[in-house]
Amino acid sequence: MTAELDPRPEALPQRVWDSVQRDQLPPVDDRDRMRLVMNNLVLHIHPSKVSKPTLRFTYTWGLGGLSLLLIAILAGTGVLLMFAYTPSPDQAYSDMLALQSTVWYGQLLRNLHHWSGNLLVVVTFLHLLRVFFTGGFRTPREFNWVLGVAMLLLVVAANFTGYLLPWDQLAYWAVTVGSSLMSYVPLVGEPLRNFLLGGPEVSGATLTNFYGLHVAIIPLTLLGIASFHIWRVRKDTLSIPHNVDGSLPEPNTKVTTVPHLVSREFVFALVMTGLILMWSVWVNAPLEEAANPDHSPNPAKAAWYFMGLQELLLHFHPTFGAIVIPVLALVALALIPYQRFDLSAEGIWFRSRRGRQMAVVAVIAGLVLTPALVLLDEYWLDLPELLPSLPTIIANGWVPLAALLLGLLGFYEIMRRAFRATACETRQSLFILLVVGFVVLTVIGVAFRGEGMALMWPWEVLS
Amino acid sequence: MSADVSRRGFLKLAWGAAGAVALAEAGGVAYMFLSPRTVEGEFGGIFTAGAVDSFPPGSVTPFTAGRFYLVREDDGGFVALYRKCTHLGCAVPWEPAEGRFVCPCHASAFERDGSVVNAPAPRPLDRFTVTIADGTVLVDTGRPIQRDHATDADLVYA
Repeated sequence: MTAELDPRPEALPQRVWDSVQRDQLPPVDDRDRMRLVMNNLVLHIHPSKVSKPTLRFTYTWGLGGLSLLLIAILAGTGVLLMFAYTPSPDQAYSDMLALQSTVWYGQLLRNLHHWSGNLLVVVTFLHLLRVFFTGGFRTPREFNWVLGVAMLLLVVAANFTGYLLPWDQLAYWAVTVGSSLMSYVPLVGEPLRNFLLGGPEVSGATLTNFYGLHVAIIPLTLLGIASFHIWRVRKDTLSIPHNVDGSLPEPNTKVTTVPHLVSREFVFALVMTGLILMWSVWVNAPLEEAANPDHSPNPAKAAWYFMGLQELLLHFHPTFGAIVIPVLALVALALIPYQRFDLSAEGIWFRSRRGRQMAVVAVIAGLVLTPALVLLDEYWLDLPELLPSLPTIIANGWVPLAALLLGLLGFYEIMRRAFRATACETRQSLFILLVVGFVVLTVIGVAFRGEGMALMWPWEVLS
Repeated sequence: MSADVSRRGFLKLAWGAAGAVALAEAGGVAYMFLSPRTVEGEFGGIFTAGAVDSFPPGSVTPFTAGRFYLVREDDGGFVALYRKCTHLGCAVPWEPAEGRFVCPCHASAFERDGSVVNAPAPRPLDRFTVTIADGTVLVDTGRPIQRDHATDADLVYA
């Protein structure tokens, strides 16, 4: 009886390493490269081969990957910050001061967390725009678009709950204003707001609630949906970029994910990490004086991503500004992929040559009309005064909403006829008009609203 | 037993209903566990404002801890106004020079009795129940009372 021995027994460290990384490194042929992706826990979020044209940076702009990178930075810095922070009204603000003065790298980690969080709102929004303008939501990817919209809301919720944690004046009043928007929802709004805040006002109970949401509930939900989202992308693959004449920019061949995709992702992640790090070294996250529930600052502004909404509130009855219009917009946004779509437009930036011309017109229209309407309502038009017999909810709600919807319908018809455009192209121009309108409202709210929320120039707002 | 319910269908329904009840129970437990708790003696309790005579007619007295203003109208009637703006929840300061409450957030303004003189606030300032016992004014901050119009019926007399 002879025991069969390994002919060349390897040293223990080598055997341990081989048990961890079971495939040979570096891979020598495409078969090895594909196996590497399939057998690796992290890499297998990718398929083993990808379509070569989809690797073009100017098609995806790396925005989905960048969102993931930011989430990783947020998780890492966030967990560290948890060790230096107590969510209580007595302690929170002094912990923030300690972070900035005595905790090693406290300021840097807070800056990284703050800026990455804000950047994530921008990047997920840009990701949504990219997918919209290249028709990347088409069958079978409709539901992944809906998941994306859900994640955009979660990202905003994560930012909003995190906004309160420093417990300074900015935090306290932004959350007071933001959560008061909710109480305008008929019937359930007020109980829901009280439940979320743990009482009628922002208090210690609110801080406890928001902390739990911010560090556990929202991140875990986001992680779950993001996994589902990425899994679907892997199953459905990316849409293939096309030139505006419908031709392929290059032959649609498949290349191995390692190294073609992974190396690009790695370089992009490194560059972005470097930029975020540099920004966070130089620019400190804001911190005002400690929260004072007795004194609202003037002006009290919501977080910047809610300023579009707050601007709407200055022009509409609160039920409309805070609820009806945002809900309509969100439902419309989520249902976009279920609209009919020209299959020939998939993968072409802005649908077609005509779609591009219409896009330019829509951008200009949005840039001109939105400030014009804001100025009109601010200085000349007073609907409740013009219609004194009607309650304000009609005079300042239904009436301007109906006018707005009629205006959008008119825009749609004019664009469709003037350009002899398809429904798909016309819908895109309507989407652009609304997005530009929303961005302009946000900019007006952030930069052009000063004391008493009066309109003024940005340099007057700052002074 | 009716013939159109099969054994399989019945069991499916029974299990489904049991599952739904279990989920609803878990949801109820979570909801009640997370519901706000009120603390005695803090905002939300009854405040002793002071003697009736210490508030001259036409005065507005802020109570910071109670988050209300005790207003005494010219005719001697009392009303306690919740200082939270009915628009978006900012703390509304009393501006003695203007004789009004002016919200710093969105420029809502209220008369001394709480009625709106300047939108966007959708309704008058909420009020708290005032009771007068033995010449002392008591304010119950437990429940803000919403109202569509400020009326003289809101006033309480000694």
